[in-house]
Amino acid sequence: MNMHSRVALLLSVAFFVYGASTLSAALGSEPFPSTYQAPASVPVLIQGATVLTGTGERLEGTDILIAEGRIQAIGKGLSAPAGARVVDARTKWVTPGIIDIHSHLGVYASPAVKGLDDGNEATSPVTSNVWAEHSIWPQDPGFELALEGGVTTLQILPGSANLIGGRSAVVKNVQAATYQAMKFPGAAYGLKMACGENPKRVYGEKHQAPSTRMGNVAGYRQAFADAQDYQQQWDKYQRELAEYGKKKAERADGTAKKPKDKDAAADKELTPPSPPKRDLKLETLAEVMKGNIRVHMHCYRSDEMATMLDVADEFGFKIVAFHHAVEAYKIADRLADKGVCAAMWADWWGFKMEAYDGVQENLPMVDFPEHSCAIVHSDSGDGIQRLNQEAAKAMAHGQRVGLTVPPERAIRWLTANPAKSLGLEDRIGTLEVGKAADVVIWNGSPFSVYALAEQVFIDGALKFDRAHPPLQPRSDFLLGRHIAEAPL
Amino acid sequence: MKFLCLVALTAGLAAHGAVAQEFIIRGATVHTATAQGTLKNTDVVVRGGMIVAIGPDAGAANATIIDAKGKELTPGLFGGLTDIGLEEIAGEAQTVDSTVNFKSPGWDQQWRPELDVTSAYNPRSFVVPITRIEGVTWTVLAPSAEDSIMGGQGSAVVLDGRYDAALAGSRSLFVQMGSAGARMAGGTRAAEYMLLEQAIHEAHTAGPAGPGALLHAAGKEALARYLMGGRVVFQVDRAADILGVVRFAERQGMKPVILGGDEAWLVAKDLAKSSVPVILNPLNDLPIDFDRLAATLENAARLQRAGVRIAFSSGDTPQARLVRQLAGNAVAHGLPWESGLAAITSTPADIFGLGATHGRIAVGRSADLVLWNGDPLEVTTLADQVWIAGRPLDMKSRQTELRDRYLEKVKAHQAR
Repeated sequence: MNMHSRVALLLSVAFFVYGASTLSAALGSEPFPSTYQAPASVPVLIQGATVLTGTGERLEGTDILIAEGRIQAIGKGLSAPAGARVVDARTKWVTPGIIDIHSHLGVYASPAVKGLDDGNEATSPVTSNVWAEHSIWPQDPGFELALEGGVTTLQILPGSANLIGGRSAVVKNVQAATYQAMKFPGAAYGLKMACGENPKRVYGEKHQAPSTRMGNVAGYRQAFADAQDYQQQWDKYQRELAEYGKKKAERADGTAKKPKDKDAAADKELTPPSPPKRDLKLETLAEVMKGNIRVHMHCYRSDEMATMLDVADEFGFKIVAFHHAVEAYKIADRLADKGVCAAMWADWWGFKMEAYDGVQENLPMVDFPEHSCAIVHSDSGDGIQRLNQEAAKAMAHGQRVGLTVPPERAIRWLTANPAKSLGLEDRIGTLEVGKAADVVIWNGSPFSVYALAEQVFIDGALKFDRAHPPLQPRSDFLLGRHIAEAPL
Repeated sequence: MKFLCLVALTAGLAAHGAVAQEFIIRGATVHTATAQGTLKNTDVVVRGGMIVAIGPDAGAANATIIDAKGKELTPGLFGGLTDIGLEEIAGEAQTVDSTVNFKSPGWDQQWRPELDVTSAYNPRSFVVPITRIEGVTWTVLAPSAEDSIMGGQGSAVVLDGRYDAALAGSRSLFVQMGSAGARMAGGTRAAEYMLLEQAIHEAHTAGPAGPGALLHAAGKEALARYLMGGRVVFQVDRAADILGVVRFAERQGMKPVILGGDEAWLVAKDLAKSSVPVILNPLNDLPIDFDRLAATLENAARLQRAGVRIAFSSGDTPQARLVRQLAGNAVAHGLPWESGLAAITSTPADIFGLGATHGRIAVGRSADLVLWNGDPLEVTTLADQVWIAGRPLDMKSRQTELRDRYLEKVKAHQAR
């Protein structure tokens, strides 16, 4: 666990919410702290693999040493420390763990029954007060199937019914009875926002705003304008609090001007200012404007992405990634120039009007410009099991039109780039010494329909082993299935 | 002999729409989807839209030759049970013609088995070229109803853009069972059988329909045809329901096909014994509802091992083109490669009564062919050329034109 990052996050959140003077009280008050503990593990030496590091390199016949949850060494002829497990990977490929930044596992769980339908708080177009983690059902069997597909980190998002849907949760893909035990320590929160058809349809059908795209934009802007006002109230309070503290200190040490007779009564009136009432919606948005919460925005069309880049500039926040960016290829240069990631499917298209312009070369086209950040995402309990195949399809279509993306670059769509969008690029997403040992051993190139993840490590611990059923997690929900299915 | 490169040939033939002349695909790795399996370095001769010869050095001396250079040739692929040509954009109801809803109340249902959605098929849909340039040359139009379990009829259509696209003999009746059907049948899946029995009784009873009847006169005639060995596709996933449907259908004189079948592997032996085929999505492994708690990626392999005939369908219209990915994944999870190919070529053709004309590379079959740049079941493989009834298709679609419009702009930007 990275205690430094965790404390840093606590500080940043606490500072705003409670103000500097109450910082000590706020420390430790992160309301839903991660209880994730890196699992116990023995050292592992993976020998002779084809390694896609996620930094853009492909290393042949290379060893990786994992210990104490981290990558300890990458190179040739590494020797195994005492007690290490040695994996002969001479025909295998090794990649960083896959990161899916658009998942609804746990919040839209399987089975998809009413009792587990917890993904959209579709009661108001702005619900920045809700947090996806409070909807996560850790027993969703989708988690273990995603693990079999090599997914080690997920961002769980609220749905897209709302303009502003709520906070995301970044989790490690480990089996647990609570979401806190999955929660990625120190990961910043994301904020889910949505462009286009979904919010205007959901609220338009209820005969309330927004019912149009212009209504959508008015909704985002008013929400952030309200958050600016809220922030100003807190800023004013903090100024007054500082003034109060200063005066109090002056009196305490006798440096204050001697009160004249008529001001004697005022001495008793030196009272601390009252803090504004906390507003959980505006608190989240104010944190976004301070850069402490990262905006992930569902946005299909290029024109709407451009609108949102302007809205973000107006209110001084950054959109880290557009999700479902079906038309990102139309503005690939602009996205790269702005340093905004585009999270895409390989080939989904046509299921609604705003998805009508999908092309199968979207990923390689978005990937092409300098400083680009193309990401493969799932938005699907099925797709998350095969993100490697999604990348493979896009590579093939890119190749056909002269946009060749070699495996060592394509792996970044699944690892380093999503890590960057989460602000976790210093900890996961690449195989480098010192990084978390989230590692997948594949039966061959991952960019194949026949590719299977054979072993998946999270923080150095083997969490899935295709050859060893006890290391294939099964959720509580599916216990007893084999009894019910047993033949008569 | 004229040796032409593939691109030039395609452009020339497509422009003139030539179909009658003879051409030879020379030196291909031919996956026949027949008992012959894969034939290396083999020629396929096409004349008048049909496959007329297969073998080494076959064909007339003056025929156009397409040098396959060892690339892999398969039959045109089955896109599954879809709404291609019936649905442009699923989210825009005005573009969707695959579903009926008479908004009849549950106590006064109107069943319309006489409805055949094939007549709504639009061969000029943008979805058609987008699908066929990926090697998918035919699909089966699958209707549904929103207020009853009786979906109506649909046929196989060929995706070359012809108006008269239906393939004779493929027409089938579609019925929704399981929990999805129960919601429309009054709340319990038992009512599905109750209503089916009522409709069957009406179909067997002469004279005008009485009060509370499910069927109109035309519907009685339509349903009666299926009670004499007609092909009825039942969408159903739970093992117990699958067995129930098979027994019911056989008792009533119908020839059942199971669509869905996420739990079919649990009753594989019974299905094999009854020779009932299953059209499944081999990627379904989530226990997405209580009808499919036993869903597994090994469904296809286990059914095949038990001797059940299987075909693949995602049911997804815009993504029908991904049927190869279904097959490839089934192979990755234990299905023999040849069975994976059969599940998207010959077996669905057999299931829908088209085995004598479609779904195989064999003499006398329609020249629906795809030449690939690699293993046809691999996701990194793309179709180099598709032929339907011997006509080479222009390998373009609205999507390739969109791509090309923006591609140069992207390439002009400073590369990484």
